[in-house]
Amino acid sequence: MSSEKRTGPARALRCRECGHEYPIEPIHVCEFCFGPLEVVYDYDWIAARISREKITQRAPSMWRYRELLPIDGEPKVGVQNGFTPLVYAERLAKALGVREVYVKNDAVCHPTLSFKDRVVSVALSKALEFGFDTAACASTGNLAGSVAANAAAAGMDAFVFIPHDLERGKVLGAAIYGAHVVGISGPYDKVNRLCSEIAGRYGWAFVNVNIRPFYAEGSKTLAFEIMEQLGWRAPEHIVVPMASGSLLTKVHKAIREFVKLGLVEDAGTKLYGAQAAGCGPIAEAVQKGREIIRPVAEPKTIAKSLAIGDPADGFYAVRAIRETGGWAEAVSDEEIVEGMRLLAETEGIFTETAGGGTVATAKRLIASGRIPKDASVVLCITGNGLKTLEAVEGTLAAPPVIEPNLKAFDALYETLKARRKAA
Amino acid sequence: MKLRAWLTFGPEHVQKPMIWKLIKTFDALVVNIRTAEIKEDKALVALELEADEDTLEKAIAWLQDQGVHVEPIEQSVIAG
Ligand SMILES: Cc1ncc(COP(=O)(O)O)c(C=O)c1O
Ligand SMILES: [Zn+2]
Repeated sequence: MSSEKRTGPARALRCRECGHEYPIEPIHVCEFCFGPLEVVYDYDWIAARISREKITQRAPSMWRYRELLPIDGEPKVGVQNGFTPLVYAERLAKALGVREVYVKNDAVCHPTLSFKDRVVSVALSKALEFGFDTAACASTGNLAGSVAANAAAAGMDAFVFIPHDLERGKVLGAAIYGAHVVGISGPYDKVNRLCSEIAGRYGWAFVNVNIRPFYAEGSKTLAFEIMEQLGWRAPEHIVVPMASGSLLTKVHKAIREFVKLGLVEDAGTKLYGAQAAGCGPIAEAVQKGREIIRPVAEPKTIAKSLAIGDPADGFYAVRAIRETGGWAEAVSDEEIVEGMRLLAETEGIFTETAGGGTVATAKRLIASGRIPKDASVVLCITGNGLKTLEAVEGTLAAPPVIEPNLKAFDALYETLKARRKAA
Repeated sequence: MKLRAWLTFGPEHVQKPMIWKLIKTFDALVVNIRTAEIKEDKALVALELEADEDTLEKAIAWLQDQGVHVEPIEQSVIAG
């Protein structure tokens, strides 16, 4: 691909292992060493076109930072996605015992209430540039809904593969958009292999397979927004949930890009990863100082959106965490639920299990002193609690039911008051 | 049919000629090692396996029976 013909910032795809470069095409694996491919940019091209002023004048969406996203023309899918609130969380900070907490609230990301709308928006915009008319993915929840919704809005056909025993709410959350939802039975590794084979055989834009290098870049916008919303500052400490580890590696890349372009100063940002104890292969590698990630054959946690046993970007996530002097924790299901309740009760934000794990991880890191008490911390809350209601069901007392008269309520109110006093 | 896969070998395999055994067991299978990382207690091998669909399925089942973890080259294709 000659630079004369190029109309966007992406220069090539490059193998993260051997450095071999490829033209911008729907490919994801190096032909030489099987390493994953990553988008590399022409930062001179970008520097000549991007500025704080230009960004702030644009509409409030993730596409404010389009010079740092790998598409050539105008975004075609998810034009309004992103630009979620960054909440100054004073009450949560107090509860966690740290000076300052900011919550990046992707629980309200448009249109499907998780940060996956960012990656899908870039993946499908790129897919249309490549000329695909069908989108596909394999997912246990958030990605399924996001691909189905964004494909529908773009007029693309969608195939969504899910484990056959997925919760009904999640199946409906993809089917409502008219996607072809296909359940696959059998053990996880077989389901996974079949999805890889389908991606290889059918000429679709399989967002997290052949479009993965582009898809993953969408995650950077979460961090771009945080830095802009902090008043053009990089965070001191940032806690990121990890499944494949892609989001964490892209938060790292986004911060380095803003620093490189002079949009923020280097704050020596430390990255922390959050996983669940029932599936914490990346956290385990960080804690034990290992290079190789040990896959988890049978993930067991309520944090289904983080339960990826063999994380494709695990190695790179470990490296980013080590390089920045961060850490990772794998928290229990009880801590996850406690984290969900804490965020809801202190900030009025209902996150799904992944967010509960992020809060719980921050709590551990602050308690252990890895994050100092006088620090400023950003928590990436990436999904919505209404999608994982089953996780908190049974942990909250059923509401009392009263007769339809004032006397009944007066009596109840007295007992509630007494209980409150006792507590 | 071609399959690009990561094979993870545990401590019980590291010193054994596992890939030689695989080729011996399946005549119709062509394998091509693309990269490998071998540690004391663990080995990670990127392998290209080529055969008819039936042989390929059997070869994978054989590896799994030996306790080898077989994953597509993308590792987890399923996302959250
Ligand atoms: C809500 C939520 N948070 C975080 C993640 C982590 O994503 P990654 O695979 O990029 O590590 C996921 C992935 O599915 C998710 O659904
Ligand atoms: Zn390579």
